[in-house]
Amino acid sequence: MHDALTSPARQRTTAAAPAGAIWPVALEDASFAAGDKTLIDRLSLQLTPGLRSIVMGPNGAGKSLLLRLVAGLLRPSAGRVTFAGQPLDETLRRRVAIVFQRPVLLRRSVAANLTHALKTYGVPRGQRAQRLDELLSLGQLESIADSPARVLSGGEQQRLSMVRALAAEPDLLLLDEPTASLDPQATAAIEALVSQAAAKGVKIVMVTHDRGQALRLADEVLFLHRGQLAERAPAETFFAQPQSAAAQAYLEGRLLL
Amino acid sequence: MQDFGAAFGQAFALILSGDADLMEIIALSLRVTILAVAMACAIGLPLGALLAVGRFPGRGAATVFVNALMGLPPVVVGLGVYLLLSSAGPLGVLQLLYTPTAMVIAQTILVTPIVAALTRQVVEDLHAEYDELLRSMGARRLGVIATLLWDARYSLLTTALAGLGRALAEVGAVIIVGGNINHVTRVMTTTIALETSKGNLSLALGLGIILVGLSILVNGLVMGLRGSAARLAYA
Repeated sequence: MHDALTSPARQRTTAAAPAGAIWPVALEDASFAAGDKTLIDRLSLQLTPGLRSIVMGPNGAGKSLLLRLVAGLLRPSAGRVTFAGQPLDETLRRRVAIVFQRPVLLRRSVAANLTHALKTYGVPRGQRAQRLDELLSLGQLESIADSPARVLSGGEQQRLSMVRALAAEPDLLLLDEPTASLDPQATAAIEALVSQAAAKGVKIVMVTHDRGQALRLADEVLFLHRGQLAERAPAETFFAQPQSAAAQAYLEGRLLL
Repeated sequence: MQDFGAAFGQAFALILSGDADLMEIIALSLRVTILAVAMACAIGLPLGALLAVGRFPGRGAATVFVNALMGLPPVVVGLGVYLLLSSAGPLGVLQLLYTPTAMVIAQTILVTPIVAALTRQVVEDLHAEYDELLRSMGARRLGVIATLLWDARYSLLTTALAGLGRALAEVGAVIIVGGNINHVTRVMTTTIALETSKGNLSLALGLGIILVGLSILVNGLVMGLRGSAARLAYA
């Protein structure tokens, strides 16, 4: 018995590509500017498989931009983003998946959204039906497989976005506040999917404002402030003894002006 | 001059009797129009999508050009196609002038810019919404276009119906390249023009009523499609 995260296709992909071929994922002095405003400022960091990394920081700190830079959706205006020393290319791109805060769903049924993703990710036609069943089961979406995706509840839409991202069988899953507007039940379902993916070896980098969620999920915290990495620490250390003044202020609920 | 009321009466009588000439004219009109719209969609949908998604030099100018072509005067298109297809023209050898095929060509030229320009707008809006998702999935250009065209299908059907409305009501181009030949190239609009000038108002009115009816039907379809799509959250 296997599920969507350990399907034969995934095992084959993993076997075909040398393990860790995308690692480390690195930002090297990466900056991103819009007009004359620098939003990410000479940021350097390395991501390696294993730890669940939670990105925290006040609004405007550059958290979402960081994910978009890693996902290759934005190009740094200076510095670079590399995967095992190489820039992101078409092959590597499919090993990095991203889930947005506001789900972007095609104007199709739930099943058709997933089938589209499987086709786009290059899954052979003969394997798509089986993979679709696995993904529907993973997201507990079987009963609404034929419903138009855009009439689903917020939680269902985000579950669909999650399993669609996992359809890529990514090595790195980037999550941009995926539970920002969800109720506790829907949040729990998303967190379960995140934990399940992490347990299967998918590297998680997740942005959240929710301290409780960070406590539940984080192995380490990356704290961003004004486009810079102000602090990076194991979760327990970060919450117990934040080192940077910005993180201390943030955790105390003070406004970072 | 016929009595106005009597003309209306005769027109309805013609419609209800299923007059053979009337039916032949309606059938040819629909055949020419539907073929032209189908060809315009085959060209205009991918062209519009390419203008929406493509990043190439001259894209802005091409967009302005296509938009400008929406206002092409039908008689000018008719004249252009006439010159192409006349025996002295470059395509004269095909002997298509005064045939339904010539009418299809003229209407295709008229409708394609409408389909392309409206498609560009619809697809561009949808692309703005899907862009990050599709790029993050590593979708290739053709895949992106196919996804956008399929997901915009209800809006694009509306576009096609707008083209159908234009083609159905068009008279200037088809009368030049078709010649309004009885039982060969006579369609509703050209017949209305001819019969009105002859004073035979009943046939002209009968066709006019059917034409207006078809126009209402097309608009009703557009509204219905929009409503269904919105209800199903596919809009």
